[in-house]
Amino acid sequence: MTTQTTQQGLPTGTWSVDKVHSTVGFAVAYMAGTFQGTFSDFEARLSDRVLGGTAEVASVQVKDPNLETHLQSPEFFDAERYPQLSFEAKDVSRSRDELTIAGELTLKGHTEPVEITGHISEPAPDPYGGERFGVQLEATVDRTRFGLNWNNPLPSGDPALADDVTIIVDLQLAKES
Amino acid sequence: MRVLGISGSLRRASHNSALLRAAGELVEEEGYEFEVFDGLKEIPPYDEDDDVGAGPAPAARFRRAIADADALLFATPEYNSSIPGVLKNAVDWASRPAGAGPLRNKPVAVIGASTGMFGAVWAQAELRKVLGATGARVAEVELAVGHAHEHLDAGGHLTDPAQKEGLRDAVGVLLGELQGAAVAA
Repeated sequence: MTTQTTQQGLPTGTWSVDKVHSTVGFAVAYMAGTFQGTFSDFEARLSDRVLGGTAEVASVQVKDPNLETHLQSPEFFDAERYPQLSFEAKDVSRSRDELTIAGELTLKGHTEPVEITGHISEPAPDPYGGERFGVQLEATVDRTRFGLNWNNPLPSGDPALADDVTIIVDLQLAKES
Repeated sequence: MRVLGISGSLRRASHNSALLRAAGELVEEEGYEFEVFDGLKEIPPYDEDDDVGAGPAPAARFRRAIADADALLFATPEYNSSIPGVLKNAVDWASRPAGAGPLRNKPVAVIGASTGMFGAVWAQAELRKVLGATGARVAEVELAVGHAHEHLDAGGHLTDPAQKEGLRDAVGVLLGELQGAAVAA
């Protein structure tokens, strides 16, 4: 088994995200279960083995429009002042199809290092005459480090919403011609 | 730029209204306009059935006053460990329509006074929570003026130097939010 480091685990060339077949979302423990949401408007790109992406926080989608509004407010993402979250990979390690990425996440004006784990597939021809590969990535971050501090106590006195949030990214990246 | 003051007390000789006017002088010293909203008593109880079009005139006036202001400064007393109903009712009107009410992203700060020793800290905390839920940009300030009848002079000014400084700090943080907004824009 070999381990490649420093972006070497990623394909060469320029690859852009197929947004229809990709998902950028999050999951966080809330009350008795896990609450999940997604961002409908995002970009991701791999160019010269540098992987990065952005998401428009105003495009957050959950199952209640009132909650979407609350998530965009200053108590959470503060879409007015910080319209985008962004990620950039700084170092990539790969072992077979497993990826470990050290990168930086910028959210609500705060940039914090994050460690991401996941999987990558080999580039393969797609039905549209192009070539694509997939990555499935997860990172757990403490939302309070980014100033997303809202909470509310349960009847027990415990906080309703966990601090740790899992960011879940499932991308299909197509080779630019 | 204009700051709108909102007192949670309707009483003519209200300590919170006096505190708000003292804060207003500091706002004006910094070169901003300051105005106290005077129509809280006329706002009817919130009823979604009445919230059609612009809504009842007193509620519409409150929404318009908030929309026309660049920031809001609330001063609240504490009734039964919480916010006066009249103030919560007014905020409920201003929170609508959901997602597009005038409080959304509006810089706001909360201060408070009481004749008891704690200076309405619980009411302030609850008002901050409510304002946060409306989507307002709630400044991280607190000024709790306890024993207000002893700490405000006949002219409505704070007599305690530390509280005076606290009021100046609170106003400074709120106005700082406005400068932040100007930079962000």
